[in-house]
Amino acid sequence: MSAAATKTGFGDRPRALAPKPPLAAIALVSAAAIGYEILLLRLFSIIQWHHFAYMIISLALLGYGSSGTFLAIAGRWPQRSYTALFAANAVFFGFSSVGCFLLAQRVPFNPLELLWEPRQFLLLAAIYVLLSIPFFFAANCIGLSFYRFRDRVGRIYGSDLLGAGVGAAGVIVLLLALSPSEALRALGALGPVAAALSVFGSGVNRRWLAVALLAATAAVPLLLPGPWTDLRMSPYKGLSQALRVSGAKVVEQRFSPFGLLSVVESRKIPFRHAPGLSLLSPAGPPDQLAVFTDGGALTVINRYRENEAPPAYLDFLTSALPYRLLRRPKVLVVGAGGGTDVLQALYHRAESIDAVELNPRMADLMRRDYAAFAGRIFDRQNVRLHVIEARAFAAASEDRFDLIQMALVDAFGPSSAGLLALNESYLYTVEALERFLARLAPGGLLAITRWTKLPPRDGPKLLATAIAALRKSGVARPERRLALIRSWKTSTLLVKNGEFSGDDVAVIRRFCRRRAFDIAYMPGLLAEETNRYNRLGRDYFFEAASALLGAGGEDFADRYKYDIAPATDDRPYFFNFFKWRLLPEVFGLRGMGGLGLMEWGYPVLAATLVQAAAAGLLLILLPLWIGGRGGTAPSGIRRHRVLIYFLALGLAFLFVEIAFIQKFILFLSHPLYAAAVVLSAFLVFAGLGSLFSTRLRQRGIAGTRPGNPCLLAAAAIAAIAAGLLAVLPSLLPLLAPLPEPVKAAVTFLLIAPLAFFMGMPFPLGLARLGEQDAELIPWAWAINGCASVLAAVLATLLAVEFGFTAVVVLAVGFYGAAAWAYF
Amino acid sequence: MPTVISAAAVAAARIRTYGSPPLTVLVFLFLVLSPPPAMAEPDDGFAEKRAEMIAVISALAKRIGKVSGKGVMDEGVMEVMARVPRHEFVPEERRDDAYDNRPLPIGFGQTISQPYIVALMTDLLVLAPGASVLEVGTGSGYQAAVLAELARRVFTIEIIDELGELAKKRLAGLGYANIRARVGDGYYGWPEGAPFDAIIVTAAASHIPPPLIQQLKPGGRMVIPVGEWFDVQYLTLIEKNAEGEIIISQLLPVAFVPLTGEH
Repeated sequence: MSAAATKTGFGDRPRALAPKPPLAAIALVSAAAIGYEILLLRLFSIIQWHHFAYMIISLALLGYGSSGTFLAIAGRWPQRSYTALFAANAVFFGFSSVGCFLLAQRVPFNPLELLWEPRQFLLLAAIYVLLSIPFFFAANCIGLSFYRFRDRVGRIYGSDLLGAGVGAAGVIVLLLALSPSEALRALGALGPVAAALSVFGSGVNRRWLAVALLAATAAVPLLLPGPWTDLRMSPYKGLSQALRVSGAKVVEQRFSPFGLLSVVESRKIPFRHAPGLSLLSPAGPPDQLAVFTDGGALTVINRYRENEAPPAYLDFLTSALPYRLLRRPKVLVVGAGGGTDVLQALYHRAESIDAVELNPRMADLMRRDYAAFAGRIFDRQNVRLHVIEARAFAAASEDRFDLIQMALVDAFGPSSAGLLALNESYLYTVEALERFLARLAPGGLLAITRWTKLPPRDGPKLLATAIAALRKSGVARPERRLALIRSWKTSTLLVKNGEFSGDDVAVIRRFCRRRAFDIAYMPGLLAEETNRYNRLGRDYFFEAASALLGAGGEDFADRYKYDIAPATDDRPYFFNFFKWRLLPEVFGLRGMGGLGLMEWGYPVLAATLVQAAAAGLLLILLPLWIGGRGGTAPSGIRRHRVLIYFLALGLAFLFVEIAFIQKFILFLSHPLYAAAVVLSAFLVFAGLGSLFSTRLRQRGIAGTRPGNPCLLAAAAIAAIAAGLLAVLPSLLPLLAPLPEPVKAAVTFLLIAPLAFFMGMPFPLGLARLGEQDAELIPWAWAINGCASVLAAVLATLLAVEFGFTAVVVLAVGFYGAAAWAYF
Repeated sequence: MPTVISAAAVAAARIRTYGSPPLTVLVFLFLVLSPPPAMAEPDDGFAEKRAEMIAVISALAKRIGKVSGKGVMDEGVMEVMARVPRHEFVPEERRDDAYDNRPLPIGFGQTISQPYIVALMTDLLVLAPGASVLEVGTGSGYQAAVLAELARRVFTIEIIDELGELAKKRLAGLGYANIRARVGDGYYGWPEGAPFDAIIVTAAASHIPPPLIQQLKPGGRMVIPVGEWFDVQYLTLIEKNAEGEIIISQLLPVAFVPLTGEH
């Protein structure tokens, strides 16, 4: 940003005849726009659900594409009043960013009814349109600048990227300090500030007055009445539901980029959260406080008095099984949340307990605000709370545990909506289970508890993943190391570092009999022992376990209607069970309540892609149709080459960006940090690459002007990407124990060369257009905008099917295609 | 097992239970004011839609068959579904959609279940005419109304104040004298009304409340749908046998097998 700021033209007034682009203002608009995009993901994750958040924002970004289209259609007139138009668009961006969100959240769209009611699609479309408006204005600022200062596109694009890079990281900082709705006001104020900045450097007459007026308008978003910007959460979210109950109220709220935490107290009607509690439990849960993240993902804090025995119900959950097989174990609790699993470990007299928690605010609640309520369990000498992601902890820890307890942890949850809130989870992959198994002491247990889904899908998938992890760890007979039990609502899988003994098996039998739980699998289990207490039409858990452990495992997985192939770090989609052939059958069964038979994330994403492609096509074709010109511009540039060039670049840039965010999630411990750091690195260094591209075009490397500078960039990108893909898998785990800020710096350095070259092709192409046929610049801007939207959705779909490595390889191919199409 | 319950029998059952007005007067009023529904449907302008709904449910019921283990749905349940004015239980502006086989929002973040699921759950309870039923989660009151047409007495509890009061008023207005509704915590059931022949828990529950198991008669049945808002994932059926033992079954509301190449 500083590089851009010094070049803004402060003090350049005497040379007003040769105006300079307002680089600082451009950077600020870009920063605010990307900040707004990330903020929208947070806001929609709170008021709706994150996969809809993702869908809505992807399509809202078509505002970028429509800006290009608008400018292309508008023709020459916008350049005549550039300064006024830039300022106006910046102000409109600021106002509409706040206003359109406030309107959008009042649209009575209910995603849960989408499949029942066609009207919902119209409401959804209304939200897209509303939210694309601010992006339209922001993109106008940049697009106008490209067109007006076509001889300086490298500088403009550089400022745009640098600003965006700072914005991506900056919004995270903003979200640490401000509540989401405060952050919205703050970003809204940046629009008028950017406008003032642009006018300030423009050299127009009486600019001080204009600057003062614009600066004053920045106060408008900040002064909106509080209730206007209150978030309106869907009434179907857990928090809304809890608050409907008489006497329930939010007693504490904490915000951070990790999510909005709401602590709810319900004095009149207790929460009694005890998932899958045995009917034979002598007691129910004690008083509880509920903690919601982004209005969902419930965790509870149990009331507990320090010197009392912990509540007995904790022994009547399926997750209690491992404690019956171990004596005074050293325990690692993954996902400490409200501390229930820690209390359960205390109940079973664990020798020591290490608990990891991702959200620092959650840890604060447990260690400070509600420490007394929870009986100060985290102050005990043998209990340690670590604020870190579980795999990072496992990588850094030297300890060996007798028990690693993962109970109902939905890794990274929907709450952590980074820029690219995907459904990825690095907790339930083959590699993750391998690492956890490696941290087990001999005879130790990894226990994973999940909600029961019917027909079974995550149960079998988890089993398949555990089997794959065991095999990869060199275990010849995984069937002797696994046990799976289930209640009517939860199931617990045990993976042992060693083989289950005859005694173990007897203990499991007794544990389950006394709690009316079913054994779905353990060594030596007979079919007639299964499906006793919680009867299924057929015990698919048992069948799946037997089949997956046998020779026909793969055939079984193929024949299974759900995708139960193990998730891997390259395809970290544990929660996606979707197979295409499921869709018609399930939709046909909706009259019988069949929609609950599958997860809708994947088809929703596919639908997003179709919508984005249709809208993008329209936006790209519209200027051609209205312009009414043929395939070849007067300059001789073939339009299809321009199209291929900018389409390929738009796709490629985002493919690489998204794939590397994924590659660094584990390293940086959190998807949100990964998104912020990786995005920043890409944008900042691509910005520098863009600035450098000007020189490359003029002089080439070592003074020789290359015929196709884009080819050079593409070759460099291919080489560096290949190198990173080869090196990262072994390098990153080695660096995992480094402190977080160092890791962020390492990430910057690793990404810098790749990003640097990725910043070049776009301005190279624009500059070329500027020389030959400037009328095409807005069109290229539209193509690029549409391609970016497509890319974000497509990359996820491709990653689900083929993995992120494939996404990078494809991106390199796109750079090759762009180099070929360079005109 | 399937029992066809005539409207007169239902009316009589109601009267026997809460016969505070003179019995004869009520019977007289009933005969004069509303013709027996089994013979002619109430003329509320929705008769046609109700008939369509029944046709849809019947067709689906034939496909499901196996779930309840009985082949088709109880005729008595279907008759009642054909009678209860579902449009009275949905928000004014959604009345036209009331008989579509789909869940509808009723405000307060709650929904009225899709008719097919209501029929299925009711069917799973296997109600005898003299049955006493507890419902946890009144919601719109529609399920309670359906139960009231089949059972002798229905007790229903709603946790959300506004919703509970609305349902109470609505049920009273529709003349369901054999329904007792109250607002409050359903976890402990309704001890004064216990034991029950059938219990239905339509409110979300992380576990099965033990007090409800206690209030279930030997031979009684309890149904708990599991799922979220608009979609039912599965139904949990809890049976208490004559010895007081508990058997839990988890049923899909649909005919669906997760493996291909079999049926």
